[in-house]
Amino acid sequence: MRFAAGQAVRVSARSHPGHHRTPGYVKGKRGIVERAHVGEFTNPETRAYDDDGTPELRLYLVRFDQTELWPGYAGAEEDYLLTDVFEHWLEEDA
Amino acid sequence: MSHGDDHDHSHEPITADAEAPVAARVQALADLLVEKGVVSREDIRRGIDWLVSRSPSDGARLVARAWVDDAFKERLLEDARSAALELDLDPGPAPVVVALENTADVHHLVVCTLCSCYPRALLGPPPDWYKSLPYRSRAVSDPRGVLREFGVELGEDTELRVVDSTADMRYLVVPRRPDGTEHLDEDGLAQLVTRDSMIGVAQPGAA
Amino acid sequence: MERAVHDRGGSPTDAPIDRTEHDLADWELTMDALVGALGETGLMNVDELRRGIESMPREEYETATYYERWLFAAEKILGEKGILAPGELDLRVAT
Repeated sequence: MRFAAGQAVRVSARSHPGHHRTPGYVKGKRGIVERAHVGEFTNPETRAYDDDGTPELRLYLVRFDQTELWPGYAGAEEDYLLTDVFEHWLEEDA
Repeated sequence: MSHGDDHDHSHEPITADAEAPVAARVQALADLLVEKGVVSREDIRRGIDWLVSRSPSDGARLVARAWVDDAFKERLLEDARSAALELDLDPGPAPVVVALENTADVHHLVVCTLCSCYPRALLGPPPDWYKSLPYRSRAVSDPRGVLREFGVELGEDTELRVVDSTADMRYLVVPRRPDGTEHLDEDGLAQLVTRDSMIGVAQPGAA
Repeated sequence: MERAVHDRGGSPTDAPIDRTEHDLADWELTMDALVGALGETGLMNVDELRRGIESMPREEYETATYYERWLFAAEKILGEKGILAPGELDLRVAT
């Protein structure tokens, strides 16, 4: 497991033309790991193409400040967003 | 649909709405696949029976129990899938179910921006608006605006946490127990827990 | 970077959220159960379903109803795997 709860991470901004589950609006954004999900999970990026989706991967619930995700965000400063991101989409954030 | 009601969906045989081309096409697809031995009528029947058996009352039971039993609540927040099994509820096929607790200071809202991921086993099929493009777009970028549309105004000092369900986890909101409900038993409390309060677009009903 | 058709988070929209609900029609229940059955037999998993949906042309994706997208995806994936021959479903519907 590469990342721990509380760790600062950044979502890769790479383009991925095929099926993947990283929403565009978090790509390139900085977040904090909220939790590392227990277990390992099949890879949708391969399983979507007649493959069994192994080797399985780690998934992390990552939180993002809404004010960092959306210019002009209309809400409270402390509002945040959480989403599940696969390990291979995350990098350590300096 | 009155969610939680038991409708008798007897369909022997399954009939398509003659007016909708897509209905005929789906029926034809089902017929073809059954003929090819790819799936069976029984498989289809079983799937339909399961889906129509699902309603928010299962989710409501989880919430009501959590409201009256602190130890259960902690187990629910730790692992909602196991907590559901504890109450003999079907948590569904998702390997992980996460319960998100609303408090005086924190409110959660759930969305699936990429498709329609939703804890169907515990809440029944999702409403159309949950699967709609405007909800999928604005629940993440303008969640307070969305809540306002649903009649919920959060204070500036309430933290709003939006969860975008993108993977195999399914998320369920545990709304706050309403004031003035001390006299209610667990069944009475469960009546207050609406589907929308477990998505996060509404507060639970008043006693 | 242009977003894929299904990647809707934060996409610009002025549309209000239509809160009208409808009971699932028989054909929608059938479509749902069919996909479930295909999943159980291993012929089409949920990732393939999604990939199929995501391959819809944008205009079609945005105007189709929810289960119309499932139908599109099922036809595409089953066609890819040779379970449905080209035109086979069209022929069945016509007869």
